Amino acid sequence: MARAQTARKTNNAARPAAKAAKTPGKPGPGKVGKDDLLKFYRDMLLIRRFEERAGQLYGMGLIGGFCHLYIGQEAIAVGVQSIQEEGDQVITGYRDHGHMLACGMDPREVMAELTGRIDGSSKGKGGSMHMFSTEAGFYGGHGIVGGQVPLGTGLALANKYRKNGKVAFTYFGDGAANQGQVYESFNMAELWSLPVVYVIENNQYAMGTSIERSSSETHLYKRGASFRIPGEEVDGMDVVAVRQAAAKAAAHARSGEGPYILEMKTYRYRGHSMSDPAKYRTREEVDEVRKTRDPIDHLQERLEKEGHADDAALKAIDAEVKKIVADAAEFARTSPEPPASDLYTDVYLEAAQ
Amino acid sequence: MTDVLMPALSPTMEEGTLAKWHVKEGDNVRSGDVIAEIETDKATMEVEAVDEGVIEAILVPEGTEEVKVNTPIARLAGGTAETDKGETSQDKAETGETSAAAPAPVAKPAADESKAGAPEKAPPETAETKSQGEGPAAVVPARTLKDPEVPAGAKLVKTTVRDALRDAMAEEMRRDEGVFLMGEEVAQYQGAYKVSRELLQEFGERRVIDTPITEYGFAGLGVGAAMAGLKPIVEFMTFNFAMQAIDHIINSAAKTLYMSGGQIKCSVVFRGPNGAAARVAAQHSQDYSSWYAHVPGLKVIAPYDAADAKGLLKAAIRDPNPVVFLEHEMLYGQEFDVPETDDWVLPIGKAKVRREGSGVTLTAHSRMVGLALAAAEELAGEGIEAEVIDLRTLRPLDHETILESVKKTNRLVSVEEGWGPMGVGAEIVARVVEHAFDWLDAPPLRVHQEDVPMPYAANLEALSLPSVEKIVKAVKQVAYK
Repeated sequence: MARAQTARKTNNAARPAAKAAKTPGKPGPGKVGKDDLLKFYRDMLLIRRFEERAGQLYGMGLIGGFCHLYIGQEAIAVGVQSIQEEGDQVITGYRDHGHMLACGMDPREVMAELTGRIDGSSKGKGGSMHMFSTEAGFYGGHGIVGGQVPLGTGLALANKYRKNGKVAFTYFGDGAANQGQVYESFNMAELWSLPVVYVIENNQYAMGTSIERSSSETHLYKRGASFRIPGEEVDGMDVVAVRQAAAKAAAHARSGEGPYILEMKTYRYRGHSMSDPAKYRTREEVDEVRKTRDPIDHLQERLEKEGHADDAALKAIDAEVKKIVADAAEFARTSPEPPASDLYTDVYLEAAQ
Repeated sequence: MTDVLMPALSPTMEEGTLAKWHVKEGDNVRSGDVIAEIETDKATMEVEAVDEGVIEAILVPEGTEEVKVNTPIARLAGGTAETDKGETSQDKAETGETSAAAPAPVAKPAADESKAGAPEKAPPETAETKSQGEGPAAVVPARTLKDPEVPAGAKLVKTTVRDALRDAMAEEMRRDEGVFLMGEEVAQYQGAYKVSRELLQEFGERRVIDTPITEYGFAGLGVGAAMAGLKPIVEFMTFNFAMQAIDHIINSAAKTLYMSGGQIKCSVVFRGPNGAAARVAAQHSQDYSSWYAHVPGLKVIAPYDAADAKGLLKAAIRDPNPVVFLEHEMLYGQEFDVPETDDWVLPIGKAKVRREGSGVTLTAHSRMVGLALAAAEELAGEGIEAEVIDLRTLRPLDHETILESVKKTNRLVSVEEGWGPMGVGAEIVARVVEHAFDWLDAPPLRVHQEDVPMPYAANLEALSLPSVEKIVKAVKQVAYK
């Protein structure tokens, strides 16, 4: 148990390489080379394996409360955040584990927050839905559907106020897209030309209600039209398409032209949360997506077809990812619960007198 | 080799029925494949493989009821080496295929698991952190707080509350580039109540921002900007409209420091007129003091006079926490003395004894302080000397000052403009009863708005609100006069 404590934050090997590659370097933004593709593969696989393990720990009773898995949607966080620059911000709702990993947060800290332990990114006080890392530019992790949209727009307001050239990537789902506060934010974002990219992850279901049953306009990229915000539909299962769209949107926002909407068409394989048996859709529907549109399988095929990686190389990535996830799970299981003395900390900051 | 365990569908599930197997022994499975269905009285759920490999053995046949959570239901062999910690050396030999994958404790027996779930070292130490109403250590004890001395020779300048608030904002905006004001009509219109008069001219539209009529949205933007490290002042035209934004005030501003384990600071001031104006009826006349004072993570200030309005607003803007600053429309035009000093900043969390007396303690905040003082004058004529405490800050509440006074007067009447049930007075009475029960010579009383929405008709409106007369009556009752 003591080992878990001392090992905290020193295990850099466990960190995904997301940060290092965030400055896209040689191939201009949006363009992808072999190294990018291999990194996407690794980062998506890390999220998938991490989430599978989270589901397993939930089943074992080690993770409590609500736990929303990102499985199926990995290409979005990985693709969008591959163009994130140092100082850009990321904010999302409660299906947030994938975004944190894609921000470069330590899987150990994320998993330990899921188990409610002292080494979690919020010291065990936030849980699955409320995680943050100022270091990684990750502003949560918000539990109220749509709440992150004005907050993300406010991050963008701060960027404009400071004239720092940074962009706030603000994610929300097809469910949140029907919240009034989203449109209040759209209005101000365009009115004041705020540098924000709205990434709508349309996974087709707002909890158990399909987009057709909840939305009069199901093409969510059009939802900014009455505010004059440009929008685009993107295949959210294709990490390269996601990256290219994100690069274009971010360039638009960064150059001072204001917000941009990307509707990522995607699919979540699991239920809304762990306690959702997902009876509102058929197993065949899920299987069909997994078989024909899986973002990781697709990229794997491309890597092999284009000769970027052979079976052995991919297996080595698989093994590395498994090791990271296994280590994170073990860390999260053995990290101690927060001490009782933490109950009353972090309620207020002391004012400088 | 990995054991597949009976999963829990929810944190409360203890057992369930293994309804169906989708695989048989010898089948190859990949991560994510559905291998079984389980049922409880509430739901049915599919069990997916979390690893690839061959189903070596099915340990619990389909149709078995009352399978305890974490019981091994199948054994997965081969694939990658997700090995059990308690495995035999023979198991290890079989799983040597991809040695790069570290042994990971996936599936320990249920009994072990429950132990692993509880940390060995730190069983919660009970009562180590004792709640004292507002427990957080970062809240400075009120007894250590003091108003600054007014420097000798400093002029006292007659100032309206409106201008005192304006001066506070202007001074803080000059002092800190990160401070800005946003809200409806704050810039070109110069403030719906002229509180932000001339700020646009001095600071420009980057720092004095007119928003659309969209409280939920702009409150959220303000909180987001605060999370990014700026110091927004979010003006609500009245706090009635902040009801549309209360989600961001509470869920986003008040809770995020805690939820982030201390990482995300949210230094923002939400301010505007609160309470009853004149003849504007129910939707425009409500006192939200107790609503916000209920919430840990917020500080709540409700000043009465101009000097307090200025000194406390400056403190609120500098405070690193989210602050709800409740003003009063009926006080905006009233003039009070404000000391002319370079930097008039008052401590948050300190009540002020506005009149000393030994017969009864009157507590009040915001406009009610004026009524309490008037009642005290009237009572003095009848031989009852009231001590009037201006609460000034509602969270953290300076209950030390209240308790000290009650221990002297042995009687308490609280006055507030809001409704009585679950209100500020209810909290004060509860604390006095908890901490000074033996000093009380009479049951405490509360004066508050009648328990109805604010009426429009002039006579009913007057009947509904606290009045000097009602306060005098309550004091006589606790004084048995």
